[in-house]
Amino acid sequence: MWICECGILQDVSLQCAKGCDVVFASCLSACRRANMAASGCRGVRSILWKYGSYGNNLFVSRSKMVPQLPLRQIYVASSLWKKNLAAAGPQKFTQEFIDKQVEEFEVGKRHLANMMGEDPETFTQEDIDRSIAYLFPSGLFEKRARPVMKHPEEIFPKQTAIQWDAEGRPFHFLFYTGKQSYYSLLHDVYEKILAIERHQDKMRNKGLFTSDTKQILLTGSRWLLKEEIEENLVENISVQDYMRLIQLMELLLSMPYCSLEEEFILKFRKQLEVQSSKYEIPALQYDPQGVAFSVADGRRKSAKASITLRDSGSGNITINGRNYLHYFPVLQNREQLMFPLLFVGMMGRFDIEGSVEGSGHSAQAGALRLAISRALLSFVSEGEVEKMRQAGLLTADPRIRERKKPGQEGARKKFTWKKR
Amino acid sequence: MAAGVLSGVRQVLRGPRLVSAVLSCHGQTFSSAAAPDTGETVRDKILNFPITQPDYFHLSELFTIKDLFEARVHLGHKKGCRHRLMEPYLFGSRLDVDIIDLEQTAEHLQQALNFTAHVAYRGGIILFVSRRRQFGHLIETTARECGEYAHTRYWKGGLLTNAPIQYSPGVRLPDLVIFFSTLNNVFQQHVGIRDAAKMNIPTVGIVDSNCNPSLIPYPVPGNDDTPVAMEMYCRLFKMTINRAKDKRRQMELLRGISASV
Repeated sequence: MWICECGILQDVSLQCAKGCDVVFASCLSACRRANMAASGCRGVRSILWKYGSYGNNLFVSRSKMVPQLPLRQIYVASSLWKKNLAAAGPQKFTQEFIDKQVEEFEVGKRHLANMMGEDPETFTQEDIDRSIAYLFPSGLFEKRARPVMKHPEEIFPKQTAIQWDAEGRPFHFLFYTGKQSYYSLLHDVYEKILAIERHQDKMRNKGLFTSDTKQILLTGSRWLLKEEIEENLVENISVQDYMRLIQLMELLLSMPYCSLEEEFILKFRKQLEVQSSKYEIPALQYDPQGVAFSVADGRRKSAKASITLRDSGSGNITINGRNYLHYFPVLQNREQLMFPLLFVGMMGRFDIEGSVEGSGHSAQAGALRLAISRALLSFVSEGEVEKMRQAGLLTADPRIRERKKPGQEGARKKFTWKKR
Repeated sequence: MAAGVLSGVRQVLRGPRLVSAVLSCHGQTFSSAAAPDTGETVRDKILNFPITQPDYFHLSELFTIKDLFEARVHLGHKKGCRHRLMEPYLFGSRLDVDIIDLEQTAEHLQQALNFTAHVAYRGGIILFVSRRRQFGHLIETTARECGEYAHTRYWKGGLLTNAPIQYSPGVRLPDLVIFFSTLNNVFQQHVGIRDAAKMNIPTVGIVDSNCNPSLIPYPVPGNDDTPVAMEMYCRLFKMTINRAKDKRRQMELLRGISASV
């Protein structure tokens, strides 16, 4: 094996009787055919040169091609020629590429709206999601694996563009720190602290300084997490950096006149979703005859029930169009239906019209019971509502079927245990 | 834009040997066929002429020794903290406190400001460095107002020596680093001094009586602890840089050249 001018490995057997010229011709044509990466060649060349200084002579003298010294076959791992994919890092996209994607997205959105027969001007992201789910129905469980059509800003990760101008001068004055966005943020926060202190001094000079100024409402919100701040800054920060930032924000909050910078501080707070979802009492509606009625839903296991409770009735119960005696032959289920009305003492007052689907007869009865209790809330006083809650009428039964585990017969049942 | 002249000036900006580099990049040697000859010679005149003058930007009118005294620049640390290599710059000590010789300080400051002005005139990147938390905000604000750069935070290892990895390939390093305090928060010499020396980047440094002035080409012996002194330094450097940049813009407008090098 020896190496030619352009760096492609050639077998010695390619030499012909004429000598160098033929070999060079063959290797040159091979060079044109093959498109080997320069880096790979260079690495190989350097290895071969270690084993003999005659390598230089090979390039220069075309006449004395056949080397007199013995050649050794050297094998090189193909990993040297392949590109190191891990070292490249996350894929980088140019700004033109992303602009093109945005253009294509806008055009595609209009096409989609036309396809669905809707107005392209008022086609929102929800409409897009609905249309895609309709046109490309997918049974995949992983939501992220399903077909998606979103604005490219949500799909492609945010990247930093080139940081300096044509002369090489960076745009940002803190570029040479390495973490320009983060340190610039700290600089701004400190600037605001100084501004508030100057304001305080001014108020003191005028004699108008008071400690009881408008405070910023922080309940129901939390500081942004480190990951969220990293996303906003498009930079990686360490845990100590994050803690330092939160410390500075707390310092800003501790000053009496911090309400001057309320907007800025709230940019770093995230509102927490309301944890407890209080059940709203269904509104009391009136049909054309003037009879009051209310509608409510209930669920138990996988049974879904919907109930309409009409006032000034005589205690008739109709479920799925059939009489309750026919629908629920079992006494226990009929008792479940009756219990809420018995508890509030309004047994013969209402006419119940219900529809239920799914699961088995017991679960359907439980779903109907919950729906009746919820519908009753609009006919009953506050104190009674509390009593119903304590009786457990308004709590949805959370029990569901437990899954079967591997290595066991069922959810709890184990295989026969053998001592030996 | 003539590529030859640009490369010549870039050489100038990369290396500290301004005078020799300037003398080497004559328009005639590197001219390319595309740009007209008059443009290059005019640009050379703009770049070369200021160097021949001792105080082209009239920086001696920016400060007097009395100003330095009133800003308490002459106050050093206690005798026990004195660095051996700072002894030539000290006037003496009074009640155990070292007093820095303001006449020497004035000379050194004049040279440092002159050098800064020339670098700014030629469009060089200037980096302000200090690790004093008390004055970090002031220095960053000063840098922003001059249109230059600042680094008053924790100095990561290879910022200058491993720049293509720390930033991106093709980054341009600063052409001048100004240290407003050469010590870091544990009273050791700032790593940036050694790194700038390694990368052949000229340095201006305000050295107090407990600092080591050896690796700094333009040391300025003076107080780095008092707010008054620091504000004065910031003001002086800002004024020199702004003056130099304004002068450059003026010269280019006068000679009618739109593109700046």
